[in-house]
Amino acid sequence: MSFSVTEPTNGTKWFAGILVVAYAVITIIPLLWIIATGLKSPADSISYPPVVVFEPTLEGYVNLFTDRTRATEDMLEEAGPPQTWYEEIARERGTIISGPSRYGERFLNSVIIGFGSTALCMILGTAAAYAFSRFRVPLKDDLLFFILSTRMMPPIAVAIPIFLMFRNLGLNDTHLGMILLYTAVNLSLSVWLLKGFIDEIPIEYEEAALIDGYTRFQAFYKVVLPQAATGIASTAIFCLIFAWNEYAFAVLLTSGTAQTAPPFIPNIIGVNGKDWPAVAAGATIFLVPVMVFTVLLRKHLLRGITFGAVRK
Amino acid sequence: MAEVSLQGVTKTFGNEKALDNVTMTVPDGSFVVLLGPTGAGKTTTLRIVSGLDIPDTGKVMIGGVDMAGLTPAQRDVTMVFQQYSLYPHLTVRQNLEFPLKSPILRTPQNVIDQKIGEVAEILQISHKLDNKATALSGGEMQRVSIGRALVRQPSVYLMDEPLSSLDAKLRADLRVELKNIQANSGATLLYVTHDQIEAMTMATHVGVLDNGKLIQFGTPREIYENPVSVYAASRLGQPRVNILPADLFSDAPFGARDIGLRPEHIIQGEGEDSMVTRVERLGDQTRLHLVYKDHDIITVTDAHTTLSGGDIVKIRPNNPYYFDADGARVA
Repeated sequence: MSFSVTEPTNGTKWFAGILVVAYAVITIIPLLWIIATGLKSPADSISYPPVVVFEPTLEGYVNLFTDRTRATEDMLEEAGPPQTWYEEIARERGTIISGPSRYGERFLNSVIIGFGSTALCMILGTAAAYAFSRFRVPLKDDLLFFILSTRMMPPIAVAIPIFLMFRNLGLNDTHLGMILLYTAVNLSLSVWLLKGFIDEIPIEYEEAALIDGYTRFQAFYKVVLPQAATGIASTAIFCLIFAWNEYAFAVLLTSGTAQTAPPFIPNIIGVNGKDWPAVAAGATIFLVPVMVFTVLLRKHLLRGITFGAVRK
Repeated sequence: MAEVSLQGVTKTFGNEKALDNVTMTVPDGSFVVLLGPTGAGKTTTLRIVSGLDIPDTGKVMIGGVDMAGLTPAQRDVTMVFQQYSLYPHLTVRQNLEFPLKSPILRTPQNVIDQKIGEVAEILQISHKLDNKATALSGGEMQRVSIGRALVRQPSVYLMDEPLSSLDAKLRADLRVELKNIQANSGATLLYVTHDQIEAMTMATHVGVLDNGKLIQFGTPREIYENPVSVYAASRLGQPRVNILPADLFSDAPFGARDIGLRPEHIIQGEGEDSMVTRVERLGDQTRLHLVYKDHDIITVTDAHTTLSGGDIVKIRPNNPYYFDADGARVA
């Protein structure tokens, strides 16, 4: 498939290449900086001027996943020599590991809430988008506008009503509450995006399936869904990124059981105030799921839209 | 296999009247071709029989059963769409299997394989079975889409211009093949085309549609030899029937405004003078373009004629059609 009639000249190719590389470098530097900070010692992490070459240590990661107490002579004697590599790192700072930190739980909360709301959003969004695309819905245009209008202000503008509502419904600090909230915020985007994708799928495929002996739902499931996969995948990535990174509502509505990683990470306290290497380590690990999800769905994102089997 | 009958079927889309009180019976085991230009209502007729569209008024019966309220799946029909409509995410084989694997049929795999083998052979697509449906040429897609209908044994086959995008040779092959399949299986087939050769060669019956109305229904011979109107007469026959003012020749019947002359209605060598303007040699026949009293006439003459432009030929009408001012046949 070619998009332009003439092959670009070498000069154009070079120019485009340099532009892309420059853009990639600019966007990737902060990411590399965070990853590097996660491997620095606390002193290196806050030194000025910043150090670029440093001796890497896993202290940040150890601090991220553990709680530690300052050890007295007696305690050290009682505990004996360090058993593991991470205990050894803790001992070097004169501390003893007292147990795992809450990062694991918070991370798991993020996974449950992020992926849960994305899944719910895709199910509801695809069904609604299909109905808007194919059926005669009364007041269709008004409804679609209304759905879009829910995104015309920042979601946090309704924080107080939502806070009160959640308190009355007992949804404060629950997984279900956060899943419902993120689904509500993302749904308008996903209905609109998915409607666009489903509109592109010619209705003749479903008609053919109806005649081939399938019910409307089976035709939707067997014929429309596979062709909407590209659209569903890209919409899912958008929804996941929002739910995964959401900070304000998470601060406001979660504190204990359902707290996600974003409000937790910046508040990791080390021996001397903020433990920057641990914060950076937490952020680095936090990036991984979205990256994996995006890479897994990459095939769908790049495949583009199938066309050609219906003569227009 | 079943008889299909439409009774007083009317369908409007907005202000457009797509079908206007159409009553027609497709006899069991017949091959019915619907003829008419774009917008005549041919495709709408198929869609109403299939159940994809619901008539505003009127009834559709298949095998004597009223189809009102039945879904396309329940009607046991197949349809070849003009736009192919192959499932793009499936291979050719999966496309052909699709109707057989439907929850209504649930065909065992060995029967599916055998059936697909046969159909692929007939349609000359055996070597393409494992290709993606999108990786085919237009003609191949159209054959797969015909194949998707042929793998089943429905009560009626519906085909919407299935041969329109094939090359001439393949079209001729498939015309014969489709006719054979229909004749051997005794299937009822409702077929839409604007190609009169397809109508003449395959049809047991032809329905002529104009602006949503069924103008004439009968065997191809009947419609060719005994058209009810100017419109019906112009649907069949090549070269087309010549429509001229009736008073150009003597003894027109009362009420006739136009005279319709097919080539066989024009006797050459007798009557009045006309001038040859062009001789078109098509191989098996030679067409003669004549001017008679400032009117153009096209007819057929001997393949090896020695006539050429500027020559004078005498012509005389013989048993022509006469039409009134509304285009209806008067004699």
